[in-house]
Amino acid sequence: MPRINETQLPGVGVRHEFVTAAGQRVAVVSHRTGRREVAVYRNDDPDACTTVLELDADDTGVLAEILGAPQVAAATNAMQRIEGLGIDWLRVASPVASGTTIGAGRYRARTGASIVAVIRGDETFGAPGADFELQSGDVVVAVGSAEGLGQLGSLLRG
Amino acid sequence: MMLAAPASGDAAVVLVELGAVALGLAVLARAATRLGIPAIPLYLLAGLAVGEGGVAPLDVSQEFISIAAEIGVLLLLLALGLEYTAEELRAGLRGGAGPGLADALLNFTPGVAGGLLLGWDVTAAVLLGGVSWITSSGVVSKVLADLGWMANRETPAVLNLLVLEDLAMAVFLPVVGALVAARSLGETALTVAASILVVTLFLAVALRFGRRLSRVLGGASDESLLLSVFGLTLLVGGLAERARVSAAIGAFLVGLALSGPVQQRARTLIGPLRDLFAATFFFFFSFQLRPSRLLDAAVPALLLGVVAACTKFGSGWVACRRLGIGRAGRLRAGAALVARGEFSIVIASLGAKTASGEELGSIAAAFVLLTAVASPLLARVVVRDRPAGRSRRTGQIQI
Repeated sequence: MPRINETQLPGVGVRHEFVTAAGQRVAVVSHRTGRREVAVYRNDDPDACTTVLELDADDTGVLAEILGAPQVAAATNAMQRIEGLGIDWLRVASPVASGTTIGAGRYRARTGASIVAVIRGDETFGAPGADFELQSGDVVVAVGSAEGLGQLGSLLRG
Repeated sequence: MMLAAPASGDAAVVLVELGAVALGLAVLARAATRLGIPAIPLYLLAGLAVGEGGVAPLDVSQEFISIAAEIGVLLLLLALGLEYTAEELRAGLRGGAGPGLADALLNFTPGVAGGLLLGWDVTAAVLLGGVSWITSSGVVSKVLADLGWMANRETPAVLNLLVLEDLAMAVFLPVVGALVAARSLGETALTVAASILVVTLFLAVALRFGRRLSRVLGGASDESLLLSVFGLTLLVGGLAERARVSAAIGAFLVGLALSGPVQQRARTLIGPLRDLFAATFFFFFSFQLRPSRLLDAAVPALLLGVVAACTKFGSGWVACRRLGIGRAGRLRAGAALVARGEFSIVIASLGAKTASGEELGSIAAAFVLLTAVASPLLARVVVRDRPAGRSRRTGQIQI
C-alpha cells in the first residue's frame, strides 16, 4: 500500500496524494462541498498538476463502488483468513427455512453462525430479532467460522 | 385612495429600476465568466457608467440601494468570518506567521507610502495601506479553480496567506474604524484602545459562548438558521456601529463566533444572499464616484497597482520558498495573490467620510479594477512562461 499524504486546504477542503506503483503522483482534492478533483502531477514541474477528473458527490460514490468493490471483497477474505471469522451472503431457498422465524430455525445453536442482517429486495433489515420470519429469496448476511457458515448455507438452501 | 395611488406608482418605479440593475449585473456576471475574469471590476464599471456624470446616468432610488449596499458589506464580512474554522485559523497561525508578516509588511507599505505621498492624513494613508494589502479571497479561489491549480503544491501556501490576512483583519478593522471615528490625537489613542478592548471582549465572549450559540442554532431548520444568522449579523453590526466600532467588524465577529457544523451550514445558506447584496454594494460604491475623479486617480492607482503586484509576487515567493516549491510554483502563487477585490473596497468605504474619502474611493476602485483583472491574466502568462522548454520571450509576446 502506498503512503497517503494529507494536506489541509483552508477554506477549500483537503488534499490527499500518493505515488502509484508506476511512479506517478496522484492527488485527490476533496472540496467541502462534496466535489472531488482527481489530479496527476506533471513531469516537467513537480509542483503543478493537471486535473484529470472532476466528480460531484454522486459520481464519487459511483467511482468508489467500481474501484472499491473488489477491495472490500479482498479485505473480507483477508479477515476470514486471519481471524478465523468470516462474513457471508447466503440466499434462502429451502422450503423449511422460508416461512419460519430465525428463532425457530435455531440457526446459531446449530451452526455457531449469527445472522446479522437480511436483505429482501431493496430493503435491508439490520440485526433481525429471533421473531424475524425468513422468506424464500431473502439474502442472509451471517458472521461465523468458515465451517459454521458452510452449515448455515446448506440449511438455508435446503 | 388619493394617497395610495402615487405610493404604488413609486413602488412600481423602484421595482423596475432595481430589476433593471439586477439584470444588468447578471449580464455582467455572465460576461465575466465568459472572459475568465472576476465579476467585481465589471460591477464597479457598471456603477460608474450609470452614476452621476457617467455615460448613462440613472436616477435609481438611492435610499433603498444604499441600505442594500450596507447589508452587502456586513454579509461580505460575515462570510469572511465564516470562511475558516477555528482549527484552520490556529493551524495558519502556527505554520505561517512568518510569511504572513512578510505579506503584511510588503503589501501594507506601498499603500501607506502612496497615501502619504499624495499628501493625505495618516488615517487615509493607513486605509490605503489596507486596500493594497488584502488579497481578494474570492478572486483567488476563482483563479485556482479555473486554472485547475487546486491540487498544486503551492496552493496550501497561498490559502494560508489568505487565512492570515483574514486574522489580521480582526485587528486591522477595529483600528481603522477607531482612526476614522476619532477627531483629535488623544481621542484617537483612546478610541483605538477602546475598540480593541471591545473586540477582545467580544472574542472572549464568542470563544466562551460561541460553541453554545452554535449548538442552540444547530437544531434550527435551514430557514430559521438563515434568519437567525442574518438577524444576528445586522443586530451585532448595528450595536457595534452605535458603540463607534464599525458595523463591518461586528458582522465579522459574528462569523468568527459560529463554529462546527453550524458554521458550514451558515456559509452555504448565506452564500447566495451575500452574492446578491455584495453585487449591490460594489455597484453602489462606484455609483457614488464621479468618473472624472476616477480618471484623476488612474495614474496613482496604476503606479500603486504595479508596485503592489510586485510585492504580492514577493509574498508568494517568500511563502512558497519555505515549502521548497520551485520557481514556476512561486510565480503561480504570486499571480494568484495579485488580485485585490471585495475587502479593498470595504476598507475604502470605511474611509468614505474622511477628508480624502472620495480620492481614496476612486483610487481603490481603479486599483481593484486593475489588479482583479490583472491577476487571472498574469496567472495565464506564468503558466505559459515555463522554466523548461519554451523561452521566456514567448510568454512576453503573449501578454
